[in-house]
Amino acid sequence: MTAPAIELKGISKSFGPVQANKDISIRVRPGTIHGIIGENGAGKSTLMSILYGFYKADSGEIWINGNETQIPDSQAAIAAGIGMVFQHFKLVENFTVLENVILGAEDSGLLKPSLARARKSLLNLAQEYGLNVDPDARIDEIGVGMQQRVEILKALYREAQILILDEPTGVLTPAEADQLFRILHRLREEGKTIILITHKLREIMEATDEVSVMRRGEMVATRTTSQTTPEELAELMVGRKVLLRVDKAPAQPGGKVLEIRNLHVRDEKGVERVKGINLSVRAGEILGIAGVAGNGQSELLEVLGGMRPGTGEVLLNGQPVELVGANGRAIRDKGIAHVPEDRQREGLIMDFHAWENVAFGYHHDPAYNRGLLMDNAALRADTERKIEKFDIRPADGWLSAKNFSGGNQQKIVVAREIERNPDLLLVGQPTRGVDIGAIEFIHKQIVALRDAGKAVLLVSVELEEIFSLSDRIAVMFDGHVMGERLPDQTDEKELGLLMAGVSGPREATA
Amino acid sequence: MDKMPHWADVILIPLISLILAAFLSALVILAIGENPVEALQLMVQGSLGSTYGWGYTLYYATNFMFTGLAVAVAFHARMFNIGGEGQAMLGGLGVALVCLYVPWPHWTIALVFAIAASAAFGALWAMIPAYLQAARGSHIVITTIMFNFIASAFLNYMLVNVMRPAGSMDPATERFPEAVNLPTLHEMLLPFGIQFSKAAPVNFSLVIAILACILVWVLIWRTRLGYEIRAYGHSEPGALYAGISPFKIIMISMLISGGLAGMMAINNVMGEAERLVLNATEGAGFIGIAVALMGRSHPFGVFLAAILFGFLYQGGAELALWTNIPRELIVVIQALVIMLTGALDNMVRMPLEKLFLSMRKGRA
Repeated sequence: MTAPAIELKGISKSFGPVQANKDISIRVRPGTIHGIIGENGAGKSTLMSILYGFYKADSGEIWINGNETQIPDSQAAIAAGIGMVFQHFKLVENFTVLENVILGAEDSGLLKPSLARARKSLLNLAQEYGLNVDPDARIDEIGVGMQQRVEILKALYREAQILILDEPTGVLTPAEADQLFRILHRLREEGKTIILITHKLREIMEATDEVSVMRRGEMVATRTTSQTTPEELAELMVGRKVLLRVDKAPAQPGGKVLEIRNLHVRDEKGVERVKGINLSVRAGEILGIAGVAGNGQSELLEVLGGMRPGTGEVLLNGQPVELVGANGRAIRDKGIAHVPEDRQREGLIMDFHAWENVAFGYHHDPAYNRGLLMDNAALRADTERKIEKFDIRPADGWLSAKNFSGGNQQKIVVAREIERNPDLLLVGQPTRGVDIGAIEFIHKQIVALRDAGKAVLLVSVELEEIFSLSDRIAVMFDGHVMGERLPDQTDEKELGLLMAGVSGPREATA
Repeated sequence: MDKMPHWADVILIPLISLILAAFLSALVILAIGENPVEALQLMVQGSLGSTYGWGYTLYYATNFMFTGLAVAVAFHARMFNIGGEGQAMLGGLGVALVCLYVPWPHWTIALVFAIAASAAFGALWAMIPAYLQAARGSHIVITTIMFNFIASAFLNYMLVNVMRPAGSMDPATERFPEAVNLPTLHEMLLPFGIQFSKAAPVNFSLVIAILACILVWVLIWRTRLGYEIRAYGHSEPGALYAGISPFKIIMISMLISGGLAGMMAINNVMGEAERLVLNATEGAGFIGIAVALMGRSHPFGVFLAAILFGFLYQGGAELALWTNIPRELIVVIQALVIMLTGALDNMVRMPLEKLFLSMRKGRA
């Protein structure tokens, strides 16, 4: 039997009192795709950062191809044949593909010979692995899928034998993701070893040969992918049985709560991001907006939440809503609540106590005030109640928001917004960076609000989430609504095409 | 978990920074051939050893409380108001106009109007940079610095060409009428049978400054406006999400900040000089920055830091009087404090955080 491509023995790493990796051992067979799955904060990224030389392990050994190897920095990792494709690409936007590929790997002070050599080997690599890119295109002119290929090419150009991909599909359409997996399979056939880090069970099942599950810094199990199930993996990740699908009764839609007519939105730079859309959401209904990030969904939410101006017509219960921007207070008074896409930048003030955040956006509410002063005692009492009802942990309202985990931060936001009993709830990426256990809880809360006869507008880049929550799905691409579908009359493939801008029959189902 | 206890953050770090600054200053004193221990004794004796010394220390501290609060309030909205100096100068103009041209029956009524005028003039001077920041995005640091120079030139013109009494060669207004003179601490304490130095300039303004500290605390931590200011200061997108208007917060926080800086004039102009002279502020607007930094923008911290800088100021004057150490050394110490508490904050903070973490691990 050949030596493992990578073997980690007893790796431990602590950050202060937090032990991110506890005595982790793993063997990755050469020429396989090995998945590492776990919730956010399970220690996946830390482990890979140790392997790539960003962190030094407190204890443990790294063996590569049967030799113990020290990896003090990323140079050493590259020398050992390890390449890494980060979740957030590390590319220079105004450089060409070729310039990015040689960046940091130039042969000499003069660029010309390096570029010529790189062009040749880039063409070879492209042929060998089916990684076609135009070497002279500028990074800011090519799509995300292409940018990711450039990252892979960068690693291959440095002669990586072992490729680590960290959450590679977060920014891709389903079609682009499928393409990526085809490339990975091709790389495997050529003898490369691939480590795929993800929290998506579907990808693990589709793409990997073996899978290791991490939970709270520990490696809890390694399975052969063909001999396991998503249910088993989810249970291993969370440590208890979880419902992967939301149990919900059929929707009982009522009258139109939200009506959007010919809405246009521009961003700070004056670029039009929403280009004349028409949508409506009924009472007792969840409308899911699918789409790859950056196709106007964020701007749509921000306009409806009073964070930026727009033009067109928006009616709430038949009453016009002013689209002037910076009027979040008036929007809230009308009965719109908003769980924003980015809870850390928008939904919470990270340095505020939990009890201060519980009033965020509603701090003018007379219940939270006594004359000129804020009624901090009332705030704290309300926080206690929400902590209990939403099972927010740790149950300490004096902690700063930044000291809660992602899931509990989101629970604070969701508790605050849902408890206002709004007519319309805007929800952006409700479970991004949230652990599976909390996802289940948050989904249930959203469905409960729907069942109470409220309207919900959901924006998510996770198709699974769109499918399991929505009563109706609209797909956005490049600022347009490409079409509306009912979840039980469509599939990921059709939505994927719409998300990529390939328009199907345009008739709306609603 | 927080990396270290709150008390370490607010007390220990400034204290260590201060000790480091003192140590470095001692090296400088050694280098110019003087004895640092003697120097320290002289400073303590001169500023805290007599009611006269205390009187000066507290007088300076009163100035620094106002300007320190001014910087602190703006800082909560993440506005760096460097313009305290100019705002305090304009505050002086407001006080002079009120005191010179209205015949007041009693100092208490005069004080109320002088406070209003100084705050209004200071706020007005802060309003223009604030508007430029809020509406046009011109950086507040740059504009407030420039407004210091404009204020200085404007006051120069007013004193030389407009307010100078006929026949006087001195670019200053005439003396304010006796009815508007504020009681000194000596006069305030006499009824209680406490003898306080007659010659020291500390006056009733100290009471106003302490009240201002308390009111600013209430504003920042107990009112909706303070909540909005802090929220905006931590995260602009967050404020926008919560329906807090960035324009409103920038304007209001800078108006309050300018008003506080302007109010310094009731101490140095109305309380001490009893007329408006050229360069009456003596750099107190800039020291406010150090005071706010060292006081962690908390009113109580500002109060303590203001007294500390009052001590440094008075002690420094004594040093210059009795030794060959120039008064400018105090500026060096101030610079070291600013550098250590502001720019080099992490130099003290990070080792301390590590220490606390390892202590906690040891217990766990």
